[in-house]
Amino acid sequence: MKHARVAWGGAVRSAVAAGGGLRLADGTLLAEEQVVWLPPLQPGTIIALGINYADHKKELAKELTLSAKDEPLAFLKGPNALVGHRGRTPRPADAAFMHYECELAVVIGRAATKVKRADAMAHVAGYTVANDYAVRDYLENWYRPNLRVKNRDGATALGPWLVDAAAVPEPHALELRTFVNGELKQHGNTRDLIDDIPALIEYLSSFMTLLPGDIILTGTPEGVVNVNPGDEVVCEIDGVGRLLNTIVGDEC
Amino acid sequence: MLVNSACFGNLQDALAWPAGAAWPEDRPLSQWQREGDAAFRAPPVGTAYGTLLNHRAALAALGDAVHAAPYKAPPKAPVLYIKPRNTFAGQGDAIVVPAGVEELEVGATLGIVIGREACRVGEAEALSCVAGYIVCNDVSVPHASFYRPSLRFKCRDGFLPIGPWVVAARHVADPDALAVRVCIDGHLVQQTSTAGMQRPVARLIAEVSAFMTLTAGDLLMLGVAAGAPRARAGQRARIEIEGIGALENPLVAERAA
Repeated sequence: MKHARVAWGGAVRSAVAAGGGLRLADGTLLAEEQVVWLPPLQPGTIIALGINYADHKKELAKELTLSAKDEPLAFLKGPNALVGHRGRTPRPADAAFMHYECELAVVIGRAATKVKRADAMAHVAGYTVANDYAVRDYLENWYRPNLRVKNRDGATALGPWLVDAAAVPEPHALELRTFVNGELKQHGNTRDLIDDIPALIEYLSSFMTLLPGDIILTGTPEGVVNVNPGDEVVCEIDGVGRLLNTIVGDEC
Repeated sequence: MLVNSACFGNLQDALAWPAGAAWPEDRPLSQWQREGDAAFRAPPVGTAYGTLLNHRAALAALGDAVHAAPYKAPPKAPVLYIKPRNTFAGQGDAIVVPAGVEELEVGATLGIVIGREACRVGEAEALSCVAGYIVCNDVSVPHASFYRPSLRFKCRDGFLPIGPWVVAARHVADPDALAVRVCIDGHLVQQTSTAGMQRPVARLIAEVSAFMTLTAGDLLMLGVAAGAPRARAGQRARIEIEGIGALENPLVAERAA
């Protein structure tokens, strides 16, 4: 089952995918364009992984001061960053390099404390698509990646659907693609994750309790390029969803 | 935790959540103070943001290292991090010292609780977005590098005791001139103040809200002063902030698995 949260008719409603559109709990059938899409869940803690695909690590090597990596590079994001499917993400007027990052997002369904790898997948409620933008101009070498790069209002698109874990039997064999204005720019596969989903849950839950509604953004493969106001960016993960986002200027 | 923003949008006196109560309540501070060091739950805050090296002496203590690799330059924007919801703890809750760690850093800081959405606010209007102030213990496993610190240093369960209450902003004349004292087992080990910040309260809110909206209930920590004391399992850490309150928590050793 694919679940969504949408605004329609003056209320926030839950919906499921039905016949190319959505069906509300009362049976109302709607087309994708008829609703305002919200992030598919109220987020708990949002955890993001840096440099979790081998090819992306190579791509960034020149500008990153990479040291020996002995644990996953995880950082946190606030709920201010989230926007839903078909949302808008502002691009600061003074920025020279802002890029998308297509990521498989894992949603926790059951509290996890010191969970072992073998048991980890039982704590996953489902999956969604994330597009976690970065404004590289603001990168500083303090608490990387600093929040001014990675936690800007509206700079993490999430959705359209929360797909039940049971409907994604092989989360480590999913193609990821990003299209900018219809042109394929980024391509990868979750089989190339350096730390896979059970490894991330085992690692994180070894020191922090993961709670239902927590979201883990698993990182992005190579192929990040600059985007500009007016660009339409589609992040697509097979069997999970196709997330559309539009870049806008940041003027009021 | 879902924040009841009404709690903070209309705060009059002091909001506290006694351990046995169903809801937090807004009462005169003197009433809460009569309860002494009773157990209080953490007030229902939203997202908690920490600010690193805001205290001028804390940045100065790094010396020339700020110009050397990996930093290469002093910070330009506020250096922020998030303390996730699993870290939230209340007055009296035990702070667990993980196995293999000798001591924890006791990070005494003023917590600014937002009462009204702050998005691109100027310094002059920033204080009007504040509901009140709270004492925070931003606990860390001591670590030397601020380049890309691991979450396991700051994000462990219970690593952000806050409390015992949020004092309404109208009762705090100048949040940038409050004495801060840390006692370990009753001995005074650090005496600083909320003055001497690179970005005082209003300026910090203004610069953060330039790119990140703070919503009602969000907690923005002003920053830990230089020379944060350390404590070990078996000790009690107490943080007092003038006019706000005193937050006390015992440290206990992690139980073997």
